[in-house]
Amino acid sequence: MQILLFSIISTLLMTTILRVKGLTKRYNGFAAVDRISFEVKEGEIVSLLGPNGAGKTTTVQMLLTLVSPTSGDIEVFGKDLNEHREELLSMMNFTAPYSLLPYNLNPREALTVFSLLYGMRDTKAKVEFLLQEFDLTRLADKRIGRFSSGEQMRLGLAKAFVNNPKLLLLDEPTASIDPTTARELRAKILELIRQSNGAVLWTSHNMREIETVSDRIIFLSRGQIVADDTPQGLKQRFGQEDLEEIFITIAREPLGSSP
Amino acid sequence: MNCRHILGIFYRNIILIRRSVPKLFGLFGFITVELFLWGFITIWVQTFANNGANADFILLILSAFIFWSMFALSQRAFSISFLEEVWSRNVINLFASPVKLSELVLGYVLVGVAQAVLAFFYITALALLLYTFDVWELGLYIIPFFMNVLIFGWVLGVVTIGLVVRFGPSADILAFFIPFFLLPFSAVYYPVHIFPPWLQRISVVLPTRHMFEGMRTTLIEGVIPLHDVFWATILNAIFVVLAFLFLYLMLRLARNRGYLSRLVQD
Repeated sequence: MQILLFSIISTLLMTTILRVKGLTKRYNGFAAVDRISFEVKEGEIVSLLGPNGAGKTTTVQMLLTLVSPTSGDIEVFGKDLNEHREELLSMMNFTAPYSLLPYNLNPREALTVFSLLYGMRDTKAKVEFLLQEFDLTRLADKRIGRFSSGEQMRLGLAKAFVNNPKLLLLDEPTASIDPTTARELRAKILELIRQSNGAVLWTSHNMREIETVSDRIIFLSRGQIVADDTPQGLKQRFGQEDLEEIFITIAREPLGSSP
Repeated sequence: MNCRHILGIFYRNIILIRRSVPKLFGLFGFITVELFLWGFITIWVQTFANNGANADFILLILSAFIFWSMFALSQRAFSISFLEEVWSRNVINLFASPVKLSELVLGYVLVGVAQAVLAFFYITALALLLYTFDVWELGLYIIPFFMNVLIFGWVLGVVTIGLVVRFGPSADILAFFIPFFLLPFSAVYYPVHIFPPWLQRISVVLPTRHMFEGMRTTLIEGVIPLHDVFWATILNAIFVVLAFLFLYLMLRLARNRGYLSRLVQD
């Protein structure tokens, strides 16, 4: 009881990093994201789960200002993302399998470029730190175009930490990595994000990964939030022990029929 | 030999051409422009020969070639800086970073200046060595001429980026095509008076027409035509504003319709 109370109080005291309210994106009448609202607090790792086409990537892209919402608000540290774009994006970062780093640079050069783009000082030390943290030192002078997909993913993650982000958006960050490396990378992501006391919004199809890392899981289906709870809370609510079963149940259900 | 295999290859490529407005434009546009260009060159050479040459034809052609190359290079360097990001699928990282649109454009301008200055000194030295042609015979006209050439190149570079953002990576053909489209109407290799009257009136809006007319006046008459410098500069200033507005609107459209993510998927 005391632990639960402590947990509730500390959650209430945590600063809200991201606040999404009534966020909607329509394409020719089709709602890719439909009036979703959620918050991500300091130190929290929140996962966005859902079948293909549920609206996860559109949501992430709206948070990165790549896609303009049809309606709704996005606030980061209490400021409107649209009005304070540059200031807020300098506190955020992301990685996604569809967004690669320049194939004709090597990791050292690419990370230096992004350190500059994010306005970092002491670029050299930061780059060397990231190369070491993500086990890229031995590849530092190799052209990125020759990297395996796993190596590219590691480099993408290194780039995502180039500005010590307060809000990290990870769109399937371990999609093409073997289980051992994925586990190491998850540990590294958690370690670095805790150091900066930031928050993470994480999308993945790997249920075990989501269960391991998430403080909270938001289930999306056809653009709407159908569940938002802790992994344990979701299991109790759906009466399932396996997150994958919950995923399948939600993906099959028509909207509005979740327990 | 299997005809169905050949049909498969043919079908795959026809789909690409049919679906891409820039590719269709490239298909018909190139030959149309070539026809205009060589038609006007022929008329000019004929007129020049009939009237008896009173100016150094080689000097006119080489000067025109060098500065047109600088213009095309300026536009290409600018456009390709952006296209490199599209081709390497890095463009999303760029647009999701805190870089402002003005910072992006100024960065590309800097790349363009560095490349144009290097190329200019190289090509003028080579022309001197091969043809004893000294571009510095243009005297002080070189300064406003070179500046206007570079700026209009960047203007078209900004427009190219806007078109790539709107139409996707398949519009990259425009990076190489756009300057070529303006070539016949800019009076680069021939004076504007050989144009039919309607084309003379239309070409007034092109800064390149005033730049190259001014270049010919300087070389033939030995005086700097200030009205040409004035109009080229004013038109350039207007086009800079319009090009920025165009890119801004294209980016807004791309964000509204989700075209930016298409840049790494097409």
